[in-house]
Amino acid sequence: MRYFKCENLIEALGLLADPDTRFPLLAGGTDLIVQWRMGGRMPEGVIDIGALEEIRLIIQRENVIEIGAAVTHSMLIESNIVRRYCPVLVDACRTVGAVQIQNRGTIGGNIVNASPAGDTPPVLMAFDAKVELANLSGRRHVPLREFYLSYRKTALKPDELLTRIIIPKHGPDEKAGFYKIGTRKAQAISKVALCVRAKIAGGAVNDIAIALGSVAPTAVRAPKTEAFLKGKKLDSFAVDEAKRTLAAEIAPIDDIRSTADYRRFVAENLLARYLEKASDAF
Amino acid sequence: MGVVGQNAVRLDGREKVTGRALYVDDIVMPGMWHGVAVRTTIPSGKVLSVVFDPRFNWKKVVVADRHDIPGRNVVTMIEEDMPLLVHDEIRHIGEAIVLIAAPTKKMAEDARRHVEIRYEEWQPVLTIEDSKAKKRVIHGSDNVISRYKIDKGDVSAGFKDSDAIVEGVYRTGAQEQAYIEPQGIIASPGKGGGVDLVGSMQCPFYILKALERLLGMSETKLSVKQATVGGAFGGKEDYPSVLAGYASVLALKAKRPVKMIYDRNEDMNVTTKRHPSVVRHRTGVKKNGMLVAMDIGIELDAGAYTTLTPVVLSRGFLHSAGPYRCPNVRIAGAAFATNAPPNGAFRGFGAPQTLFAVEAHMDKIAEEIGMSPLELRRINCLKVGDEMATGQILKESVGALECLEKAAAASGFERKWRASLPLCKGESEGIEVRSTLPDPPLQREGTVRGIGISLFMHGGGFTGSGEAKMKGKAGIRLERDGKLTVLTGCTEMGQGAHTVLPQIVAECLGVPLSCVRVETPDTSKVPDSGPTVASRVTMVIGKVLCVCAEEMKRRLSEAAGRDHGDFRSLAGSFLKKRGPLTIIEAYEPTPGIHWDDTTYHGDAYAAYSWGCDVAEVEVDKDTFEIKVERMYMAHDVGRAVNPQMVEGQIEGGTLQALGWALMEDNRYDGGKLLNNRFQTYIIPTTMDTPFLELITVEHPFSHGPLGAKGVGELPHDGAAPAVVNAIANATGIRISEIPATPERLFEECKKKHFRSS
Ligand SMILES: Cc1cc2nc3c(=O)[nH]c(=O)nc-3n(C[C@H](O)[C@H](O)[C@H](O)COP(=O)(O)OP(=O)(O)OC[C@H]3O[C@@H](n4cnc5c(N)ncnc54)[C@H](O)[C@@H]3O)c2cc1C
Repeated sequence: MRYFKCENLIEALGLLADPDTRFPLLAGGTDLIVQWRMGGRMPEGVIDIGALEEIRLIIQRENVIEIGAAVTHSMLIESNIVRRYCPVLVDACRTVGAVQIQNRGTIGGNIVNASPAGDTPPVLMAFDAKVELANLSGRRHVPLREFYLSYRKTALKPDELLTRIIIPKHGPDEKAGFYKIGTRKAQAISKVALCVRAKIAGGAVNDIAIALGSVAPTAVRAPKTEAFLKGKKLDSFAVDEAKRTLAAEIAPIDDIRSTADYRRFVAENLLARYLEKASDAF
Repeated sequence: MGVVGQNAVRLDGREKVTGRALYVDDIVMPGMWHGVAVRTTIPSGKVLSVVFDPRFNWKKVVVADRHDIPGRNVVTMIEEDMPLLVHDEIRHIGEAIVLIAAPTKKMAEDARRHVEIRYEEWQPVLTIEDSKAKKRVIHGSDNVISRYKIDKGDVSAGFKDSDAIVEGVYRTGAQEQAYIEPQGIIASPGKGGGVDLVGSMQCPFYILKALERLLGMSETKLSVKQATVGGAFGGKEDYPSVLAGYASVLALKAKRPVKMIYDRNEDMNVTTKRHPSVVRHRTGVKKNGMLVAMDIGIELDAGAYTTLTPVVLSRGFLHSAGPYRCPNVRIAGAAFATNAPPNGAFRGFGAPQTLFAVEAHMDKIAEEIGMSPLELRRINCLKVGDEMATGQILKESVGALECLEKAAAASGFERKWRASLPLCKGESEGIEVRSTLPDPPLQREGTVRGIGISLFMHGGGFTGSGEAKMKGKAGIRLERDGKLTVLTGCTEMGQGAHTVLPQIVAECLGVPLSCVRVETPDTSKVPDSGPTVASRVTMVIGKVLCVCAEEMKRRLSEAAGRDHGDFRSLAGSFLKKRGPLTIIEAYEPTPGIHWDDTTYHGDAYAAYSWGCDVAEVEVDKDTFEIKVERMYMAHDVGRAVNPQMVEGQIEGGTLQALGWALMEDNRYDGGKLLNNRFQTYIIPTTMDTPFLELITVEHPFSHGPLGAKGVGELPHDGAAPAVVNAIANATGIRISEIPATPERLFEECKKKHFRSS
């Protein structure tokens, strides 16, 4: 196997540009290496981007925070910027595997791996995050909600690398919540994950973003439920109707971890839990 | 000396924590190759042909098939129905057809991918129901692997005499042992054309017996040695005989050592699991709570071959009526063959399944007659002098009631139980808690809490006449330097046997523990103590060692011509005059024990350990997540030889049982295991572990070593029913099938129109 450890981003993009060296990118390897083992075969080469300083930074700008793709879950958990502007991302990262996985696994790997059960995509989607995709000829920004095309399919082109995640700063008048229901208390893959970010004033919803994991082929937003809730007063009727709308909008499946019915039920209840808590808090 | 009763530090601890202990995969031999098995991918059918892809260079490897087996193509256990390599008929996915050895594991794996098997496929039999209905006959004439019947009193008359009759059906799933170290063995050609084995195993002498038959060799040409073992839980009782067979056949053909180590997936796919069960109860009871008649039906899914199933079923039978007095009992049932990999030994060995059923059922009875579950158990609990279902009269060492009272008192059971009210009252019978209960206090927002209890026992040692037939041997050798060596085929696999047995010897001889060591279990060096199973090592082999110690003292005194003086001085003068001394004794069954295998009547076990578990759970109303917050466990182990290790067994066994109760679930599709890795086979983590409160109860057993009884399996018996009973107390939903996952609780609640909205 050919192993490339790149000195800088340009070098990595150069390797990707050449079909002869267009090998899988390896960041923390916590998804990739498991997949190699399960598939019983290794690729002919690998491009290790795990140590590229250019994409291991967390930067605060005027209206956004930028997270390098190779930032690990542990780095996110410890970052003051993330804690301040997107604390629920810290909550999500804390639930990823255990400390060993958090130390190696990266946010970029979590996004590009495109598992419907990945824990950071629902948070990033609820925060209207964009991903920056780069190749030798330039870079483009894609909203994360448009990045996922179908089950494990993304908009990433073969010569592209995910460089940064750009998260808009949201005002202090918005409150977010992240809930993950796994198969056990730790080291668990999500059966349902929900992230909601909302602006609620006087018991009424001014703005809301709802994103879920493990209830559809990709992480998804729930636009119909959002549209229903916008402008509504949060009474028990509204909460019930929101639950019904959400249930109709998501498409969970039966699999080894859980059942479609259970996932739907839990997704509804978690939304209700958030709304009840949020209407008290504002 | 007071060595027994002390928390002696594990004698194997230092080696293990410093990484010096050699597990089988750490062992490398000169010229050693690596073996793999080519396996069936269909559950039922016939092999038409085996095709070796000519693109692979077969000269680089050694291939063995059934024609290379020098003796008979069988894996000898209880029966000889299981071939080592598929002969003709395929009975489950993962059966080996061809074996390959290669210089590297990678090459062996590569070779395996270049073998194609062509089949004729048959309709598989995959459930107990289909097997029982003889959808196809895959074993014997009726798919029955084993069947028993126990009859006591007159059950029909008992039902006529009852005020209420309560029925229930209980199901449990397959469970994976999940030992840390997967299975592995190295076979190497030995002297005189024989074979030497070293590996991860519980029972070296089982392997010896299996290889004699398979290789057509006398045991003098064979030696089987245990490497350091990283956990077993029953999973390394019978299966290593299979792996030893593969490795030996390859080693003989390749004329070099062959190592076979499973990775986790292969281990989970092909090795044995806990038998899935269906247990039906019909119980007649008086208004005052007295049990009058118990009619119990037991069915186990045996998988494709007999393996240890008859003994698992037997133990299941003998524990199925629980620790209760009942004049009329009928127990009937069978283990059925299916096209799944054979199920086998797992901590508890059939008892956890049937105790789950009876203990969940006791709560249903209590509810039916409006009595507290604690009171119902108290009324019927076995005491000294009582008669069990097999007619066994309990003569001594019955700590059941003390366990019950202590666990109930420590947990505040009665008060807490009354304080909970179901969250979901259904229309159907048996769901509502009676009006004898006070109004519930306000629940914490979003969750409901409940408490549940279970009472249980575990028979120590082999069932019935097993120990009398086995005559397990063990010995003590006085070494030239005055130190003592314990000689036993019983193995250390993490449970602490090789610390506890020396503690017993040190105590009996009056020497410090540091003077005693244990010989490596190697069939060429130690006597056959019988297998390391059935909660028997401390109780049975510990007892044999006490007898050895007495005999040694007698011989030393005799030689010295005096019976006073301490062991050291007697031993010193003996060694000077005559040199080392080895004493080997065999187990003498407890006097007055009678068992009839044909009628299943008599003293099923010489002694029972008893236990009571109380579980407190919290159920989230939004997600149905079940959190076990606290467990109280009062266990009567006779005498705790090493209290800390007893606690270790109880804590570990309870957690393993909680896994089985709440999340562990081997799921199959068309005979194929779906969750063959730890990403999808979910076991509890530290974060899932409740606060565990232990209460040790000691009702000594006169024939046990210094009063000790078994503790290895007991802790797996009580947690599951205590938890489902607690869930019922919290939610009003009786879960009769485990694992009690949130999904299952949700489904049950839906059935009861949970939250009518
Ligand atoms: C024991 C265990 C537990 C786990 N638990 C969880 C959990 O609870 N929740 C959860 O969400 N995940 C979990 N995971 C999955 C995994 O750890 C995460 O998805 C992690 O964030 C992946 O990051 P990585 O850097 O290791 O990815 P890698 O394995 O290095 O890469 C994953 C994929 O992304 C691609 N890739 C990586 N970086 C880039 C980039 N910058 N540009 C383009 N492509 C890229 C790789 O080519 C590969 O296809 C677990 C994994 C294990 C082994």
